[in-house]
Amino acid sequence: MNIIGKPRRRVDGRAKVTGQTKFADDLMLPRMVHCKLLRSTVPHALIVKIDVSRALARPGVLLVLTGKDFPISYGILPVSQDEHALAVNRVRFVGDPVAAVIARDELTAFEALDFIDVEYEPLRTYADPEDSLAYPVPRIHEYGDSGNIHKAVSLRFGDVEQAFADADRVFEDTFFYQGNTHLPIEQHAAVAAKDPDGKLVLWSSTQTPHYVHRALAKALEIPAAHIRVIATPNGGGFGGKSDPFNHEMVVAKAALMLDRPVKICLTREEVFYCHRGRHPVLMTFKTGVKMDGTITGMHVKTLLDGGAYGSYGVASTFYTGALQTVTYHVPTYHFEGCRVFTNKPPCGPKRGHGTPQSRFGQEIQLDKIAESLAIDPAELRLRIVEQPDTLTANYLRVGTIGLAECVRRVTAAADWKNTFGKLPHGRGVGIACSSYLSGAGLPIYYNDMPHSGVQLKLDRSGGVTAFCGATEIGQGSDDVLVGCVAEILGIEPIDIRPVTGDTDLTPVDLGSYSSRVTLMMGNAAIQAAERARDLLADAVSKKLSVPKDRLVFADRRVFDTESPDTGVGFAEAVQLAEATFGTIGSTGSYTPPRSAARFKGGGVGPSPTYSYSAAIVEVDVDLSSGWIHVPRVWIAHDIGRSLNPTLVRGQVEGSVYMAIGEALMEEQTFRRLPEKLSHALVHKFPSMLEYKSPTTLDMPEVFTELVENPDPRGPFGAKEVGQGPLLPVMPAVANAVYDAIGVRIDEVPITPEKILKALDAKAAGKDPRYGPTRFPYVPYPEPLDVPPPWEGGDGKAKLRTENSELRTPAVRR
Amino acid sequence: MKNVHLALTVNGEPTEVAFAPYKTLLEVLREDLNLCGTKHGCELGECGACAVLLDGQPVLSCLVLGVECDGREVLTVEGLVTDGRLHPLQDAFADLGAAQCGYCTPGFLVTAKALLDEHANPTRDQIREALAGCLCRCTGYQQIFEAVEAAIAAGPKGRALQTPQGSAARQPNVGRRFLLDPASHSAKASARRETR
Repeated sequence: MNIIGKPRRRVDGRAKVTGQTKFADDLMLPRMVHCKLLRSTVPHALIVKIDVSRALARPGVLLVLTGKDFPISYGILPVSQDEHALAVNRVRFVGDPVAAVIARDELTAFEALDFIDVEYEPLRTYADPEDSLAYPVPRIHEYGDSGNIHKAVSLRFGDVEQAFADADRVFEDTFFYQGNTHLPIEQHAAVAAKDPDGKLVLWSSTQTPHYVHRALAKALEIPAAHIRVIATPNGGGFGGKSDPFNHEMVVAKAALMLDRPVKICLTREEVFYCHRGRHPVLMTFKTGVKMDGTITGMHVKTLLDGGAYGSYGVASTFYTGALQTVTYHVPTYHFEGCRVFTNKPPCGPKRGHGTPQSRFGQEIQLDKIAESLAIDPAELRLRIVEQPDTLTANYLRVGTIGLAECVRRVTAAADWKNTFGKLPHGRGVGIACSSYLSGAGLPIYYNDMPHSGVQLKLDRSGGVTAFCGATEIGQGSDDVLVGCVAEILGIEPIDIRPVTGDTDLTPVDLGSYSSRVTLMMGNAAIQAAERARDLLADAVSKKLSVPKDRLVFADRRVFDTESPDTGVGFAEAVQLAEATFGTIGSTGSYTPPRSAARFKGGGVGPSPTYSYSAAIVEVDVDLSSGWIHVPRVWIAHDIGRSLNPTLVRGQVEGSVYMAIGEALMEEQTFRRLPEKLSHALVHKFPSMLEYKSPTTLDMPEVFTELVENPDPRGPFGAKEVGQGPLLPVMPAVANAVYDAIGVRIDEVPITPEKILKALDAKAAGKDPRYGPTRFPYVPYPEPLDVPPPWEGGDGKAKLRTENSELRTPAVRR
Repeated sequence: MKNVHLALTVNGEPTEVAFAPYKTLLEVLREDLNLCGTKHGCELGECGACAVLLDGQPVLSCLVLGVECDGREVLTVEGLVTDGRLHPLQDAFADLGAAQCGYCTPGFLVTAKALLDEHANPTRDQIREALAGCLCRCTGYQQIFEAVEAAIAAGPKGRALQTPQGSAARQPNVGRRFLLDPASHSAKASARRETR
């Protein structure tokens, strides 16, 4: 192969280093006006009155919108259509948008916000999940499973209690994973305008233009065919730009009303309120094992703090329990998950979506199990790793598994045998593993259509244009698109112009989320390119009188493999084909294979294939200050095949970076203002200075190993890399801390304060640990019983004898 | 409020501009001079995305008022290209994966340029220190460090590497290449340990 697998400059590299990439806030249109949002100052209240007349009277103010202008709700999931562009009657967190001012310039709009008079009637504020479980009324939303429980689920695969009885040892541990946020350097921005033909066009820094397109059509009651959504290149996404957002709806409506382009760019503080970040999750893991480490059964319980809206939360809830079985063989498995509403910015998908939290618990517990059974933790993982081509207990079809190879590579690279348990006090190493989906197997709204489509236009000049709805969020999706097409057509990436993320011009791709783009768009691109190549080959074969199967496409030529001098240039090949067939274009599409799961809730977790990672982290802990220094991280990732190793390595190192932030410092936390003030629940520090993230000085040296075992389901064998390598790092840090100083920190972030508390506990002869000690009563429903494949199950749930209603009303215990 | 009117040099060109006196240099560059290559991530001096060179020194343009720049020299990312050629830092950043989403890239590039203008051959630690005021959420910084080092190796007029092939910096161990000699890497790891 000429392109695939070779490190090279990404196709959009030049634009990025010259400052020519046009992000949403870089768009300046004639007659453009500016929008600012007034956000709620109280966490939970009814809106008694809004008076916008003083604001509207200000010079330069053109329009003021409120909730009554947006009666129709929307939301990313069909089951959670609980958002309005501007609050209707009720606000649900500090930062919930209440009104919008559109004015001739940003400053005028901003100043006018102070002249909107809002009267609130405060309601009980739910600050954490235990509040929400304890008090079913008032409800934050009038939907959900009950009270303030958004979703409660229970899935059981086999007789877990019997498995615990059969085990030699049963371990039960509680963990807490604090919430954190994406912190893309680009603040969300959008520009809306009325096209000359009167239709709506919206440019937005969104990861999911297709879903924004649908939401706009619904909320604004405009035919979708008359709306064009263009995803501008995102200045970082990480999941935080995957929902349809208030500000997109507002500028769209305003542009139609004013017939002028309207722009909004959120402030950094507002980005913290948009959030959709990592759910705080409290969890317990109960795991039965044999003395050789074999797992007999596992029971996982999770409690998610969802914040004020649904977002992707139902999916997030299932994801906290979906992938435990994909790494190691778990013959019986019971998962109970619950997401509650609280009066905080909504949580949603952040890199790893719902799985890093439970991966953290699982991998630390494995470390404890290994120590208890006197098995090396790396060896333990090698013993229990899941087999390739397996259907797991929860009906996830696993293809290739490079996890064992990842463990071997990373332990060799880090010299594990000579370091684990052997470094001086204060220094240590820890290992952890993980897996992640290469694209969600099901779309967000139910349909039978492809998940990704690619169209090619071949020009008689030899130029090719590749159209696809996929969104460039920095991960390199445009480069994957042109790389795949260039490889098949035998031309250079620079010969191809990618046109992406535009609902008018490009076929639908569902968006840049769930690590789906490389696999799904890549397969669609290959199909489209092969179809185009076929047309060219027909025409060239006739012209040269060479059998089609002897033709090779390479070096911008089409030639006879047996006589390489006999051939034509690529442009001539297109001309021959155009003369034969007319205008040359082709399409390709990709639909994931049907999942084996036939039970409710089985829609979350299936993927065409899974990536695997193993990480070893070295820490250096200062015993007097508790300060943790991470000098080195070794990580091996099962990529299937790397399409462009430069970009793959960037995804691995970027994942490690973000993971180090989550492990050591990043947290999205809240506090109550004093009683004499409003007593509101506010974000502790909605600024980049106070929300700590790793700088160049904090970043460890990362040694990346790529395990390449091409997966037949991936384009040229490729699997995902954008999210998986983040997952093992946080638990590996915690395990390394234990190796270094003998204390367990069972929650993130692992701060110096927690280290010192655990060291104090150890010195006092108490449990040398910092972390949650209890798990509250959660009214999970009766389990849905699905017999695993090895018990003759067919993926369907057993018929219920009882109904699936909640056992008891939510009461505080 | 009446506009102020001043003259400064932007990317080597004498420039006159009129703007509201409360505007920051960042706003003047983006809104009044149409130089949107300079980005913003916080407008509070926290992220480093808006870095530009003011009389050769890196500053956060969101913390500098436009009126402070009368008669001074400003260099933005748009000014790095000379005679149609990318600056060696730009080539290295593009080739070695130092720009992912590209949003923080202009700030990193001009800050790195200021470092190289002052030190011909900075160490990795000096590079880390010089870039510590710029946040990047995509790369994990490592490919940025390598790109700066590659640009140094290439020299002021050079091009570190040729696209589409080749890379001076370390690439990940891929497949068989590593399997052929698993011992060498762990030997290196132990050596590193001993030298600490």
